[in-house]
Amino acid sequence: MSIVVENLTKKYGEQKAVNDISFEIKTGEVVGFLGPNGAGKSTTMKIITCFMAPTSGDVRLDNDSIHQNPEAIKRKIGYLPENNPLYLDMPIVDYLRFTAEIQGVAKSQIPTRIGEMIERCGLDREKHKNINELSKGYRQRVGLAQAMIHDPEVLILDEPTTGLDPNQIVEIRKLIKELGKEKTVILSSHILSEVEATCDRILIINRGRIVADGTADTLRSQSQGQELLKVHIEADTSAAEAAVRSLASVEKVSTIDGKDGWLQVQSKPDLSSRKEIFDLCVKNKWYLLDMTGQETRLEDVFQKLTK
Amino acid sequence: MSKIWIITRRELASFFDSLIAYVMIILFLGLSGLFTWLVGSNVFLLNQASMQVFYSIAFWSLFFFIPAITMRMIAEENKAGTIELLITKAVSDSQIVWGKFFACLILVLIALVCTLPYYITISQLGNIDDGAVIGGYFALLLLSASYISIGLFASSLTQNQIVAFLIALFIGIFFQLLFNVLGGTLRGFFGELFLYLSMTSHFESMSRGVVDSRDLIYFGSIIAAGILASQVMLSKRNWQS
Repeated sequence: MSIVVENLTKKYGEQKAVNDISFEIKTGEVVGFLGPNGAGKSTTMKIITCFMAPTSGDVRLDNDSIHQNPEAIKRKIGYLPENNPLYLDMPIVDYLRFTAEIQGVAKSQIPTRIGEMIERCGLDREKHKNINELSKGYRQRVGLAQAMIHDPEVLILDEPTTGLDPNQIVEIRKLIKELGKEKTVILSSHILSEVEATCDRILIINRGRIVADGTADTLRSQSQGQELLKVHIEADTSAAEAAVRSLASVEKVSTIDGKDGWLQVQSKPDLSSRKEIFDLCVKNKWYLLDMTGQETRLEDVFQKLTK
Repeated sequence: MSKIWIITRRELASFFDSLIAYVMIILFLGLSGLFTWLVGSNVFLLNQASMQVFYSIAFWSLFFFIPAITMRMIAEENKAGTIELLITKAVSDSQIVWGKFFACLILVLIALVCTLPYYITISQLGNIDDGAVIGGYFALLLLSASYISIGLFASSLTQNQIVAFLIALFIGIFFQLLFNVLGGTLRGFFGELFLYLSMTSHFESMSRGVVDSRDLIYFGSIIAAGILASQVMLSKRNWQS
């Protein structure tokens, strides 16, 4: 089930919440929408799930378009909206049955599907309760169960782990990873580690536009570009700094505040200065105590792109 | 199974789980029973084997009760955000509105069925015109359907149930009372128009057992207009800014 989004725009008054977004998601990908609050993540999801019509543009799932055949699309998608709204006055099992019926699950299949979902989402001990008696974590599981009840080919989860405690977050992530093996999953988040841990591919969205698209590693290396080293040399700091600066492969050197003998070294593009620094220390009989490459964190990439 | 029926069943279950259904039915039976049998110009005072007393009581009690049933139907879903969940399931906007409409109508129907003992009792007391009885119940059902569709529209306008209740009463009072009063005071075209718009004359002729196509068209148009307007309000999310 591939999803094709073409030139999607959604205006709220003068403001463009989503501004000419295009991308394609292939079957079996787990894609994370990453972006600051109000970047247009939820709006994009609401359009894909046919909750809202876009101002212009189109979304297609295989051969169905949101404009021509919304009901066919809705049947193929399982959706967990932001804040996980549920009919609080209903018992879990009744609610799952209602969802299954309305999503067109065959009547003979419904009891088995409900059983599977209850088991898979860990709701077994709570299954006779009303939804309003459940804690937030369990409600989230009910939200996931209702999204998956008709075995959809695409799962769209809007901030699936907000308000959960760390253990629950780990469990939900595990569940999403498991689901990602067989289904196409789109999830949104503003928690970077979460997206990094669960997604094959990351789309960073800012002010309604896609500003980056790729795996966590490619995003990091794209933004990194130049090698960054942290070096600890046991010698006179200013002498070492001057010597390192004079190396051919080094572009920039700075001392690190409060740490005597530590230097931060940025190499010229496509060059590595590790060997030269080592040779320099050998030549001057300095002890090289430490030399570590600084990996750009996803946080830095994110901040750079969304400022 | 039809999508409409699935939604109707869920709404009905919610009526009965939340006790709204029982409270409504008991209040309706209590009020209409009190005025039909005990207080005011009751059956015994009129000394006729007819259901007219009950119909004129029900004409007013349904007017107040129906907005109380319909007020939460869409407003609550708007407020809780569950409307997003419902719309993104494989149903159309019109199936959602019709599903909720039938749930309310069935609840009213249950309340009306509970008044059948009135008919049985009165028919023991003298010769009752069965045609008028059937016409009367039919008129009550159409009247209820009209107010339900108005109530659903009011509920689709807001997230607040009280506001929905008041809007439904406000729109309803024109059909229930004001058009009749205006039609009585004005002459000429507008007088006729307001009289046609008033529920009173349509309801009264039907509850005497006279079923005219003009009355059916009248109720049918109000129902259609209310349902359509609710659908428009539901789909507003598609173009609102």
